[in-house]
Amino acid sequence: MTDPAPLWAVLALPAVLAGAAWAVASFDAVLGAGARAAWPGREALRLLVQQPRRTRAADVPLTRLGSTLLPVAAVLAAVVLPLGFRSVSDLPEGIVWFNAMEALAWAAVWLTGWGPNSTLSLIGGYRFLAQGLAYELPHMLAITTAALGAESLRVGDVVDAQAGLWFAVWMPAAFGIYLLSALAMSFWGPFDQPAGRDVAGGAAAELSGVDRIVFLSGRWLLFVVAAAFSVPLFLGGGHGPLLPGWAWTLLKTAVVLAFLVWARRRIPTVRMERYVELAWVVLTPLAVAQALVVAVVVLNR
Amino acid sequence: MNDVAFGLLAALAVVSGVMVFRFDSMARATFSLLTSLLCVGGEMLLLGLDYLGIVTVLMMTIEMAIMAVFMVMFMMNPAGLMPMTMTHNKKGAAVICGIAFVLLAAGVLLAPWPARQGKPPADPTMDLGMSLMGPQMLTMMVLGMALFATIVATVVLATRRGRYDRFGDDLRAPQASDPVRGGVGR
Amino acid sequence: MNLELFLLLASALFCVGLFGALTQQSIVMLMMGLELMLGGVILAAASAWRYIAPAAAEGQVLVVVAITAMALEMATGFAVVTALFRSREIDMTDMAAELKE
Repeated sequence: MTDPAPLWAVLALPAVLAGAAWAVASFDAVLGAGARAAWPGREALRLLVQQPRRTRAADVPLTRLGSTLLPVAAVLAAVVLPLGFRSVSDLPEGIVWFNAMEALAWAAVWLTGWGPNSTLSLIGGYRFLAQGLAYELPHMLAITTAALGAESLRVGDVVDAQAGLWFAVWMPAAFGIYLLSALAMSFWGPFDQPAGRDVAGGAAAELSGVDRIVFLSGRWLLFVVAAAFSVPLFLGGGHGPLLPGWAWTLLKTAVVLAFLVWARRRIPTVRMERYVELAWVVLTPLAVAQALVVAVVVLNR
Repeated sequence: MNDVAFGLLAALAVVSGVMVFRFDSMARATFSLLTSLLCVGGEMLLLGLDYLGIVTVLMMTIEMAIMAVFMVMFMMNPAGLMPMTMTHNKKGAAVICGIAFVLLAAGVLLAPWPARQGKPPADPTMDLGMSLMGPQMLTMMVLGMALFATIVATVVLATRRGRYDRFGDDLRAPQASDPVRGGVGR
Repeated sequence: MNLELFLLLASALFCVGLFGALTQQSIVMLMMGLELMLGGVILAAASAWRYIAPAAAEGQVLVVVAITAMALEMATGFAVVTALFRSREIDMTDMAAELKE
């Protein structure tokens, strides 16, 4: 069982996530050509002093709502994320909660794309919905498989079930699909078409100033949270020799994040119509087969 | 605490439900409907149905995001930049709805509701799962079949191209000719 | 909180949805009204479970059925609109009334 966390953890959670997102952004900048680790800070300062832009007949409240919803959804999803064996709130249906909160990103990105009344940003919003239809089904099946292996929807129970063998070892397909969908849900790396360069920044094309900071940091937060959630789901959470639980969680999260950031520079961008077919024709049956295998193992345990 | 939450969610649900039909912009209408349905999900959490409440939130978010696409696709004036009304028979509908609400409310307030039988189980989710996979298996299978039939029916209705378009008149084409090539190398 | 309050809220949502479904000319808006009505139904089923027979799981099963009905309604509705639009370029209920004549 997971221990209850103290109340101040509610306040600490966004700060910790923001720090992690900052670190990942810096690491990504270091890997990039000619950029330095201070890039995220510089970019944020530049956006803060930038002259805000407005498009004609923009729906400002909806744009604001969309760009703010993204970081809010990421933080809400992280509520069930355990550090070691403690999470802010270990809900009995934590896995469904996480899924519901990351689904808010659908609404957030579409609203941000729609709001400014601009073609390119609307295309970005549409692209995210198409991508969402592609990644969501295998993603749901993958996280359901982890819940099935632990026979519980509580994240704490899923971690406990991996005291011996990590789920990533005997559910490799589900783990791989989860990592793909973690990239896709934060429209990052090979799935960055919703905010791609070919549409001048897509959903974020018309955002400026603070709105842009909020939206882009929300995307980093979502990326960090999605990647970090693979640790309790598939990589044994805080279980490991010698080190305390929180250290193992941090270490594993850092490894997953480093791998995904590195992989981004190795994999070319995937167009969403190609990923839709791959997801529906290959990944979904694969995820169903994986769930079937796990179900048979669980029944015979 | 719970009463306050109930009141707030109830007011928000009804107000945003009304706003759905008052907004000119389709995006606002859709997300107003989403707000209303998310409040319904919140009320279900208050009722102790954690799993079903969260599932409602999950489903409605995705559903409304997709709905927004269709709204923009099929409406003449999706952004509401040129306000226009597309309604008919407002008065008649208002009368019908008023009468329906009065009847429903009278029924709710006057009916002799039975006393509560039994206690909520410690884990309603487990209860639901055991029920769906046990005594209610038939319901579950009917739902599954209905969902599958809907997938087939919607694809048949919505697509313009049949197999003759894809594989030629004698269905002998070695490769389907699709306007967009898929991602698995076909 | 008691059963009556929840049921009143559910009937309010149902009637607002009914009003929308009756007045809106656009098929998509009509479906939004239907969604709202089904939202009311879901809430009524959930409160009936909580306040009348919480020990039986049938109330929860009813909620599942209503949620599924919602999804089916949406999917079929959009498919029909798409088919109508393809064949006759219409998206309003009044224009789709040919069967009446």
